[in-house]
Amino acid sequence: MTDMAFKADPAPTQRWWQRRAVRRFLRHRLALFGLAIIVLLVLACVVGPYLLPFDDLYIDLRARFAPPLTGSHIFGTDPLGRDLAARLFMAGRISLLVGFAAMLISTVFGSLIGILAGYYGGKVGAVLMRFVDAMLSFPSIFLLLALAAFIKPSPIMITVIIAATSWMEITRIVEAEIKSLRERDFIMAARTLGLSNGQIMFRELLPNAMGPIIVAATLTVARAILLEAYVSFLGYGIQPPLPSWGNMLNGAQQYLDSAPWLAIVPGVAITLAVTGFNFVGDGLRDALDARSDIA
Amino acid sequence: MSQTHGAHDPATAEEESAIAGTSLLPRIAGRFGKTLFSLVVTLFGLLVVTFAIARLVPIDPALAVVGPRATQAQYEAVRTEMGLDQPIPVQFATYLGDVVRGDFGRSNLTSRPVIEDVRSAFPATLELATLATLLGVLLGVPAGVVSAVNQGRWPDHVLRVVGLLGYSMPVFWLGLIALLIFYGQLGWVGGPGRLDVSYELSYELDVTAYTGSILIDSALSGAWDVFFNALTHIALPVFVLGYFSLAYISRMTRSFMLEQLGQEYVTAARVKGVPERRVVWVHALGNAMVPLITVIALSYAALLEGSVLTETVFAWPGLGLYITQALFAADLNAVLGGTVVIGVAFIVLNLLSDLLYTVVDPRAR
Repeated sequence: MTDMAFKADPAPTQRWWQRRAVRRFLRHRLALFGLAIIVLLVLACVVGPYLLPFDDLYIDLRARFAPPLTGSHIFGTDPLGRDLAARLFMAGRISLLVGFAAMLISTVFGSLIGILAGYYGGKVGAVLMRFVDAMLSFPSIFLLLALAAFIKPSPIMITVIIAATSWMEITRIVEAEIKSLRERDFIMAARTLGLSNGQIMFRELLPNAMGPIIVAATLTVARAILLEAYVSFLGYGIQPPLPSWGNMLNGAQQYLDSAPWLAIVPGVAITLAVTGFNFVGDGLRDALDARSDIA
Repeated sequence: MSQTHGAHDPATAEEESAIAGTSLLPRIAGRFGKTLFSLVVTLFGLLVVTFAIARLVPIDPALAVVGPRATQAQYEAVRTEMGLDQPIPVQFATYLGDVVRGDFGRSNLTSRPVIEDVRSAFPATLELATLATLLGVLLGVPAGVVSAVNQGRWPDHVLRVVGLLGYSMPVFWLGLIALLIFYGQLGWVGGPGRLDVSYELSYELDVTAYTGSILIDSALSGAWDVFFNALTHIALPVFVLGYFSLAYISRMTRSFMLEQLGQEYVTAARVKGVPERRVVWVHALGNAMVPLITVIALSYAALLEGSVLTETVFAWPGLGLYITQALFAADLNAVLGGTVVIGVAFIVLNLLSDLLYTVVDPRAR
């Protein structure tokens, strides 16, 4: 083999930052709309609490169950007279943070397993992927609930548990991607050059699989926010007085008739956030690969 | 008929060449054996996880039985009786044996065997999930086809946004809002539970429990007033869960249809002068149905999961409500038993979809 062989292999796949993908993303109206929602929500949660005249934990028993737009309570108050807007923004910090952190953990872990399984293949790959299949056919909400209910739930624990039930999709995607990339000429070149397995996996293969990983990661944030809402709604997630969008809904059902805003406001926030991430994920998928619209 | 290969087709190239030329039955048998093996592995994994949870949680099962005021001797006696002094592998083997015999222990909450509780709660969940899946298929498949045919135009945009919203709303919250509007404000439907309180008695008296499904039982017993009352109660949870399943099914139908419509046989049919409606709804959809079967089975399984929260909101006496109530009461046996049963249903549905796939796959003929 001569040196020529190494030069003959230009960028093997479209990388996500390449101009075409960016342009296609920017043309995707839904995706831009989703991005705008996310930016606005994050801004509101970061800056909002400083702009409001109320603290999220300040209890005012004379102002219990104030409907939205009462005085300066734009979203009204809860059964303890706490300002709902202040709680919503503080809760958003927790919910979004849990969503992002769970996404990070599950993406890193899921990609790692996927790379190992895809690169080594054979028995190691088969065993790893069977494990992923087993985890996928496990009804994760029950695992989540059982773990959260019987282990003392701290925000970090909840994040880890959510991540533990969300990494499998990413592993599947990465494994498939790595498997097909592994056969390309540039990997052959890398091997011939004497790169170590680690270098090939993380310097050569990983950057080329970034597109699908980013799409999956975006959708994982949406999923993680929903899962947090599910467990917290049942009372096993984030524990009060720390507010989260999910636990704000816990207890809202009993006031559904008298104070419907208690249910509507946090639910709209969750829906907006999850919709935003799903729109962006959808747009990224369309932008990065027009063909694979299959979830 | 042309042969189409979906990107999602689980059969790999080696598999295909290995089975080429064999007839349908051996192929199904081979597939079945393989799937059965992965089913056993998955089931084993499920039991390992539930067993691990049971051992990891900071609840001492023996202490839960004897109570905090028992003497050390009583406590030790119960521990020995429950086999908790045995090594972990022995305990796991005992657990496996119990599960195979359908023995999940006794529920602390109802003080009945967990398996009996599950047996009486399961039909209600099944009824809900089945009707919701039906709704999801009846609306979701046409929606997906219309979306694909009009790709990039306004019907596609509208249907995609509606679908993505179904993906993005917490299902329990949608239930709450639906209750608020259609029950609280408009009064169009019955509230939480399976019946109005005033019908509970006639349910007890007039309806024989053939299947455990309230609609089927009341219809079979000819108790039509109960039937219609039950219908007003089940409508809302079915629509909420059905929307969820519609979102998934229509999205997948759309992408399968796009794939089919790009194939050469579609062009060929058009050139031959086959009416466009027939090309779309018979030729293309016919082939798209093959992978769709898997999707429908998966969404059915997902509804079993989604039922946990929906049942809690609608006070629907199914497995989901049973498990959440057991959670509130720290009733470990009930939670894990219920989880295993749902897990088994989940896995069996996966297996069934896999088998159906083999049967309807045109390449198998």
